[in-house]
Amino acid sequence: MTASNSPHAPASHFDFLHFRRKTVNFVMLSLTAICTFVALGVLLYILGYLFVHGASSLSLDFFTKLPTPVGEAGGGMANAIVGSGKLLLIAMCLGVPIGFLGGVYLAEFAGGKFAFLIRYVTDLLNGVPSIVMGIFAYTIIVLPQKHFSTLAGGLALGVMMIPIAVRSSEEFLRAVPLNLREGSMALGASKTRAILTVVIPAAKNGIITGVMLNLARVAGETAPLLFTSFGNRYWSHGWNEPTAALPVMIFTYAIAPYEDWHRQAWSAGFVLLSLVLAINVFARLVLSNKKHVAR
Amino acid sequence: MGAGPKPASSFLQRLKGGDEVAYLITCIAASTILALTALIVFELYHNSAASRGKFGFAFLFSSTWDPVNDQYGALPFIYGTVVTSAVALLIGIPLGVGAAIFLAEMAPPKVSEALTFMIELLAAVPSVIFGLLGIFVLVPILKWLEPAIRAVLGWTPLFSGPFYGVSLFAAGVVMSVMIIPFIISISREVILAVPNDQREAALALGATRWESTWDVVLPNAFRGIMGSVFLALARALGETMAVTMVVGNDPKIKASLFAPGYSIAAVIANEFTEATGEMYTSALIELGLVLFALTVVINGGARLLVAAGERNKT
Amino acid sequence: MKRTLQILLPFLALAGAAMAQDILINGAGATFPYPMYSKWFDEYHKKNPHMQFNYQSIGSGGGIKQVTEGTVDFGATDGPMNDTQLKDFEAKHMSGILHFPTVMGADVPVYNLAGVTAQLNFTGDALAGIFLGKITKWNDPEIAKANPGVTLPASDIIVVHRSDGSGTTFIWVDYLSKVSKEWETKVGKGTSVNWPVGLGGKGNEGVSGTVKQTPNSIGYVELIFARQNKMQFGKVKNSAGVFVEGSLAGVTAAAAGAVKEIPDDFRVSITNAPGKDVYPISSFTWLLVPEKIADAKKKAAIKDFLSWMLGPGQAMTAALDYAPLPKAVVAKETKAIAKIN
Repeated sequence: MTASNSPHAPASHFDFLHFRRKTVNFVMLSLTAICTFVALGVLLYILGYLFVHGASSLSLDFFTKLPTPVGEAGGGMANAIVGSGKLLLIAMCLGVPIGFLGGVYLAEFAGGKFAFLIRYVTDLLNGVPSIVMGIFAYTIIVLPQKHFSTLAGGLALGVMMIPIAVRSSEEFLRAVPLNLREGSMALGASKTRAILTVVIPAAKNGIITGVMLNLARVAGETAPLLFTSFGNRYWSHGWNEPTAALPVMIFTYAIAPYEDWHRQAWSAGFVLLSLVLAINVFARLVLSNKKHVAR
Repeated sequence: MGAGPKPASSFLQRLKGGDEVAYLITCIAASTILALTALIVFELYHNSAASRGKFGFAFLFSSTWDPVNDQYGALPFIYGTVVTSAVALLIGIPLGVGAAIFLAEMAPPKVSEALTFMIELLAAVPSVIFGLLGIFVLVPILKWLEPAIRAVLGWTPLFSGPFYGVSLFAAGVVMSVMIIPFIISISREVILAVPNDQREAALALGATRWESTWDVVLPNAFRGIMGSVFLALARALGETMAVTMVVGNDPKIKASLFAPGYSIAAVIANEFTEATGEMYTSALIELGLVLFALTVVINGGARLLVAAGERNKT
Repeated sequence: MKRTLQILLPFLALAGAAMAQDILINGAGATFPYPMYSKWFDEYHKKNPHMQFNYQSIGSGGGIKQVTEGTVDFGATDGPMNDTQLKDFEAKHMSGILHFPTVMGADVPVYNLAGVTAQLNFTGDALAGIFLGKITKWNDPEIAKANPGVTLPASDIIVVHRSDGSGTTFIWVDYLSKVSKEWETKVGKGTSVNWPVGLGGKGNEGVSGTVKQTPNSIGYVELIFARQNKMQFGKVKNSAGVFVEGSLAGVTAAAAGAVKEIPDDFRVSITNAPGKDVYPISSFTWLLVPEKIADAKKKAAIKDFLSWMLGPGQAMTAALDYAPLPKAVVAKETKAIAKIN
């Protein structure tokens, strides 16, 4: 688009060229601004919509009480909030380490065909529909155990987290300038030491972004949970019982015919976002005080 | 399964120069991904035996989907999946990358941080909600925009025929909204990571702001941006709930984007929970396998394009 | 992370001890009766605090599959299990499974026709013709003759159906199969079918949303959904030749009308039932309970719940817009509870 800006253009062309370059500059930068406004406009609209519909019927009960049947006031989704938290905890313990280490491998150690294969397969894994992940976890955990469990749901979500964790950590580690690595290795550090003390800290913000995006994505998933963590109208004890989860509640309430439940579904959507927000803020606060994100 | 990684960090710190160990551990993690994917494919393959045995390759080319008489074919779903994903990327990439450039290069850092933060939150909106907004908000907007779209693009077969609102086009638009957060937040981070001296060097040579971005920063960030696009593509291919609300769910192949269609992931999610009978479930699982194969092909094709693009740049 | 676990663990252990005397009974299946079941299980839990019935709506197909696999204690379905499914169950468990009708539901035709305010009448032939794609205009004689005095537009009919597999679809096509030979042979019945025409909407709100936004369209939704969302819907001609509006009384009448034909295992379709008050597109929804339950406590709980549901439980249905079972069916079911051992 701007390929014709040769520095040795004859003087007579200079004004025209200068004008042209200025115009292109202005037009393209304005276009990126427009893109931002359009994209953000849509996104903010959705957040606003959720806020207006969700926050209006929110009360303290929502966080402390168990769900009530249709038409009874005062019910909440305390068990689903805790359930979602537990599921995400399992998912993170499983998905983040494998994904992150895999990303380190791709960015720092691997090359050639094997790296290509892993990158490729990771993208494929990411494209597996969430319901298929659910069926997978169902066959390998629920069927042998003969009962639904929090663990199975966490596993399904955890596997879903791996691809994004791998690809985002790889991209962000790779984006760390080469001279940082070289500098540290020139000082006599081993490669591992350079990665741990220089590269990872430098890529920290990006990696957190990746993890949070990842967490946000699986936090909203319903389909993989239907056949794994199942759902529960009561409190779930331990890790081996079925558990309620916010997205499943949102789904069942949103498709029911009652206005009362629709309102609760919107509230649950809003709470789910707040939960993700809280985890996000917390992670950034805690991790920004430490030197490494070594994990 | 997650037993390997946990002791890794403490062990590493004790071992000062453990390159071998680090290599081994990360390599195991990476291989786990291979193993998991292989296991999933095996499960899909194993559980679709009945359907594969009955229909063979004709499954891919048949357009009948009749659960009552146990006749199944995947073609309309394959078509719908490809078309909706293409629409989503055509809208999502320019908007997402454009916005990422603006947020990384132009916007004040504080504003940029705050906005990106909100965008990340959006990834957490459950897809049911995207679907509900799709049908109650997006469809009316598209119907309102319909005359304008027709006036500009109506001469192509892509925008012909009656428009009911729910359509392949609407599904593509909803998907594009869902993938934009991924493109923006990862691309922005990658663009920000391009060292500042690169920009300064270009500006010092007299380049305009745009030239430094387009000719210097973007080529440096190209790989990362493509990485974000791959993530987005994968999400688009596998999306279920939001798509099914607005796609019209009609398993027929029509050239117009205004026509209703169907997608693989949507039909699995729609029918799997109610499916009874071995052949029926088996056919649905085979659709999962087909989607996987489709991802292999599309992803491979995209990779070739990227590789060609990179070769041209240097 | 470790610290969180350390803090959490004692709590989890405590919670585990507390639940020792509680009985958790899991069930899964149909979406349609979920609100009713959750109400019943909640009320029952209030009376019997140690009994926790946990019912999740994962779909009728899912319910049948899960109870057969033994991952849940009972199932629920909007369409009775067929003979192959019964055999599967028997092969796996060495004993049978029982169907217990719990409440009733119905489908109603909803439409969006600008300028027409009157409640439209539909014959079975008209509905079958429309959904087969043979009746394509709103002013078709088959529609017009049932609606004297209503000016119908000459516009094309746009059909909207459910895209997700569902009991609602099952009832609808079950009815169409009974009133139209052509439908029975060409399309047939199931939770999903190969629709000759139309747009697919996901769930009741998918169908109603598409109908609302598409002029000249017609679709079908659950009676409860239509009533709760104050939608206008058409009357349907029953087998006695009367146009009846979908209502709780009309649905209960359908079961009462068909009561003589109800077999001992309760697996029966009551669409197009005889009787002049009958609303023809009605159906039972069933709980699926294994004949043999190994755990004595669970068995007692389930039996007790079933008799409670047939007694005080039935009085709670109308508040949620579900149609209660007729007395004759309740009596027949009460006897059947003894089969569980």
